[in-house]
Amino acid sequence: MKQITKFQSWSGIALAMVAAILMSFAPGKSYKIGDTVADFKLKNTENGKYVSMASYPAAKGFIVVFTCNHCPFAKKYEQRIMGLDKKYAAQGYPVIAISPNDPAVTPEDSYDELGKHAKEKGYTFPYAFDETQQVAQAFGATKTPHVFLVNKEGGKLVLKYAGAIDDNTEDASKVTKNYLADAIAEVMAGKAVTLTETKSVGCTIKWKQS
Amino acid sequence: MLTTNAQNVSVVKFNDLQKVLSSNSDTTYVVNFWATWCVPCVKEFPAFQSLAQKHKDEKVKVVMVSLDFASEKDKTLIPFLIKHPIAAKVMLLDEPDYNAWIDKVEKTWGGEIPVTMIVNGAGGIHSFFDHDFTPLSLEETFTKTINKQK
Repeated sequence: MKQITKFQSWSGIALAMVAAILMSFAPGKSYKIGDTVADFKLKNTENGKYVSMASYPAAKGFIVVFTCNHCPFAKKYEQRIMGLDKKYAAQGYPVIAISPNDPAVTPEDSYDELGKHAKEKGYTFPYAFDETQQVAQAFGATKTPHVFLVNKEGGKLVLKYAGAIDDNTEDASKVTKNYLADAIAEVMAGKAVTLTETKSVGCTIKWKQS
Repeated sequence: MLTTNAQNVSVVKFNDLQKVLSSNSDTTYVVNFWATWCVPCVKEFPAFQSLAQKHKDEKVKVVMVSLDFASEKDKTLIPFLIKHPIAAKVMLLDEPDYNAWIDKVEKTWGGEIPVTMIVNGAGGIHSFFDHDFTPLSLEETFTKTINKQK
């Protein structure tokens, strides 16, 4: 801090401005509930084509799931995520799955492995690779799986819910609270979402080491 | 001598854990939330092994809170502990509705692991660390944290 006091006052202001600009791009500045969400353009590992929310003009919204191949928690939820698309795509809320992990840390989450896995399992939704990790950072995703419910409202994409799918990772048959499904039901009924955010254990997203 | 608790891992509910986190005693608890499926947790496990060993004759208790699935305890957790003995209390927290208790541990915690708490009720210490440790950084953090007590 002593060095800063040596600068002329204008350079102090310039430094403060640079700091402010840098802070506005900090990972902590992610969407909050009710925020407008920016569309993304990511490569679908199943066919190499780009996927974005704009590619679904008929959709009413989206279930955006940050997930991956390697994580035991993601594996526990895989069938349920496939079930979500089967149930809600027809009702206007398709699943878009995104893997944000750095394959240098978890090689099972490489572009090729993601695509292979999705084809083997017969995913009915895109499994996109967030290579730059910018989409995960924008959403404020911290773990896999981490779900975000986006609703189209007056031409805007609005974040309605963030967190867990339900209250039992280990055993789908013991679920008592369907956090995501409840939020979707409320959104579809035009009601405010009661529980907008839930917390969950999960595998940390493997961020690139800078 | 390293002792292993592999044979008597206690399966606990959140109330049992809360007794440790809100204890008023002058024992320092180092509480690590981890799981055998969590790669960074397994990587930092030796840091807790050496901390527990180093302070075993002091008023220090290392508590390893496993978030492994309760139904897989014998398949995952027990074999891991047999392979990696630790002079610490190991408890498996069987509370599947994570949203119901994560905030009660720490408001700023989203549920990612590993995280660690250093608690000393009598000394008014209640520190939360949302990053992983090396044996050296854990020992340094531990010393720094308990010295704040005075």
